[in-house]
Amino acid sequence: MSDINQAGSAEEHQAPGALVEWEQRVAGYGGEPPFVEEPEYGSPIVLALKDAAIAAGIAAALFLFFIGFRTDINLGGLELTTRWQAFGISIVAVFVGRLAFRMLFWGSRQKGGRSLATRAIESRKGTPLSEHFARHSGKVGAFALAAAIVYPIVILWAFPLKDKQFIDLGILVLTYIMLGWGLNIVVGLAGLLDLGYVAFYAVGAYSFALFAQYFDVGFWFALPVAGLLAACWGIILGFPVLRLRGDYLAIVTLAFGEIIRIVLLNWYTFTGGPDGISGIPDPTFFGLAFARGDDNLPGLLGLKYDSAYKQAYFFYIILLLAMITNFVTMRLRKLPLGRAWEALREDEIACRSLGINTTNTKLTAFAIGAMFGGFAGSFFATRQGFISPESFTFMESALILAIVVLGGLGSQMGVVIASIVMIGGFELFRDLAEYRMLIFGLLMVIIMVWRPRGLIATRDPSAILKQRQSISADMVAQGEGH
Amino acid sequence: MTDKMPLLYMQGVETYYGNIIALRGVDVAVFEGEIVTLIGANGAGKSTLMMTICGNPQARSGQIVYDGEDITHLPTHEIMSRSIAQSPEGRRIFPRMTVMENLQMGAMLTDGASFDRDLERVFDLFPRLKERQHQRGGTLSGGEQQMLAIARALMSKPRLLLLDEPSLGLAPMVVKQIFQVIHDLNRDEGLTVFLVEQNAFHALRLAHRGYVMVNGKITMTGTGAELLARPEVRAAYLEGGRHEAAE
Repeated sequence: MSDINQAGSAEEHQAPGALVEWEQRVAGYGGEPPFVEEPEYGSPIVLALKDAAIAAGIAAALFLFFIGFRTDINLGGLELTTRWQAFGISIVAVFVGRLAFRMLFWGSRQKGGRSLATRAIESRKGTPLSEHFARHSGKVGAFALAAAIVYPIVILWAFPLKDKQFIDLGILVLTYIMLGWGLNIVVGLAGLLDLGYVAFYAVGAYSFALFAQYFDVGFWFALPVAGLLAACWGIILGFPVLRLRGDYLAIVTLAFGEIIRIVLLNWYTFTGGPDGISGIPDPTFFGLAFARGDDNLPGLLGLKYDSAYKQAYFFYIILLLAMITNFVTMRLRKLPLGRAWEALREDEIACRSLGINTTNTKLTAFAIGAMFGGFAGSFFATRQGFISPESFTFMESALILAIVVLGGLGSQMGVVIASIVMIGGFELFRDLAEYRMLIFGLLMVIIMVWRPRGLIATRDPSAILKQRQSISADMVAQGEGH
Repeated sequence: MTDKMPLLYMQGVETYYGNIIALRGVDVAVFEGEIVTLIGANGAGKSTLMMTICGNPQARSGQIVYDGEDITHLPTHEIMSRSIAQSPEGRRIFPRMTVMENLQMGAMLTDGASFDRDLERVFDLFPRLKERQHQRGGTLSGGEQQMLAIARALMSKPRLLLLDEPSLGLAPMVVKQIFQVIHDLNRDEGLTVFLVEQNAFHALRLAHRGYVMVNGKITMTGTGAELLARPEVRAAYLEGGRHEAAE
């Protein structure tokens, strides 16, 4: 009797339907990654056409009343006009758009889910794009560094009229690369979603500006101090959020970023509030300034004064700072601390069971990430010569986070590419003013559709590899511990 | 009499989740060189007991003593650095890290001097892991992941190994293999093992002694063979638990 009852109740627990069937299938696989959807069968073009036709059909049904008909208020009531041309165009647009997306980005599931665009890039070497990048990351990195070193020289020589503008763009890109690398430690390696990173950037900038204003200190003295202060604020933020994860952590860090900005805005007597701080000194080169006059560096070198030289000097400073950030991060990844960060991102409970002090691990991630943010902020202050809370809005945090996410969490090279594309693209489309954000948004959507884990999703193992693994990291499910 | 002192014992331990009591005065002792198992139904508090030993959550009252030292109120990472290792429930390997990196994580708290030897040892125990050392943890099969979880725990050279449901979701063949390894470790190296299991039959056959937990309390204890022979145990844990429901 009890058997019958049990059978009855067991059935009640299960709602019938495809979802249950799918769940059972997943459970049947034991939840083991990689779980692959059953492929669709048939010619990819036919499938894509079918798919696009369905989309067009849905669009036709929806658009018939939205676009096909138009009513205007007229004498004696509403007047109905039909707009078949616009209706037709919108349906064709949906059909073509869907087809293009399907062919280019989503791919047919038959070929391992890789789209035409991805395959086109990969086919040259016959390896996945990310693997390809990972394999040559050393060479690519060295080449990128060499290109960065000669960049100002080439610009000075080749574009004497627009040199300042181009070098300035380079400085901007490098600043964001550095910020991206700094945030990458917190978000990419330790897996702690930080939406208030700009706070540390602000702390760094204001530290230097205020030190310069009240104590008349130079850039090179203020730089480490600013980094240290930012690191302290990182720990101050770290303590209350130690128990938080994911969404909750993101909200608190977001609030933290806003608190710092609002304090800077309202503490008028100390920070100057919305007026900001101006007259922040330029950095010197071993005590020599980049200014007019024979006593200063260009004069001593026998060069004619040109403000582009100062720009080039700024460029090399930020390049140096960024490379330090990169070097420290790469070193840390191979040390127990960096490994603990990555393990923390993968599974916090497992970390604890291995005896890792997760409190310290998180705090060091916040502190070190914040320190590099502080360095970058200090540099920002000296380059601009003027700072105000305006520069440290949430948009900045979002932009830096977007660079890290689009580049691929944890990938150093990904941050570089994403910074160049996003910041460079920003400047490129400056003339298009109001369309800029549209293009920016579109770009993000495209990258996320095409490569959901960022441009470079491969995580390079930090243990020495004697052979390549056959399955790349982006095929493996993320841990559940974050 | 000193060799009668248990390596680990819990006395009157009570653990709460908020205001809800999960362990109601538990007494458990594990002696050096023993395999002790804790069996019980779903939600009896087995995993809570295991996690309480690890200090997450911490016991609200009672005492947990390891190797003569009171560890009741130590933070988790301090407890785990005292030659205790755990293979947590649900394996919890690091999926994006390679097998090798997972094992290195296990050896994080050692000085690293004997790393190569320890690695050789776990590869001897689990030859499959040696074959797969450069593969990402997440691409392993369930059984291999469980082997990796145990191997990772062994890398810290523990005296006491805590295993939380190593048979969870594995094929009978693989369960047999894993239990064989636990048995060999205990026999050949004298490793003390505390095993939490739902698979009562296998666990009791393997263990020297066992505890049965019902609703946050230890209701029975005895040698593995004794418990296997008890009709209550057979009814509740070995024959699908239907008789208990019918009563």
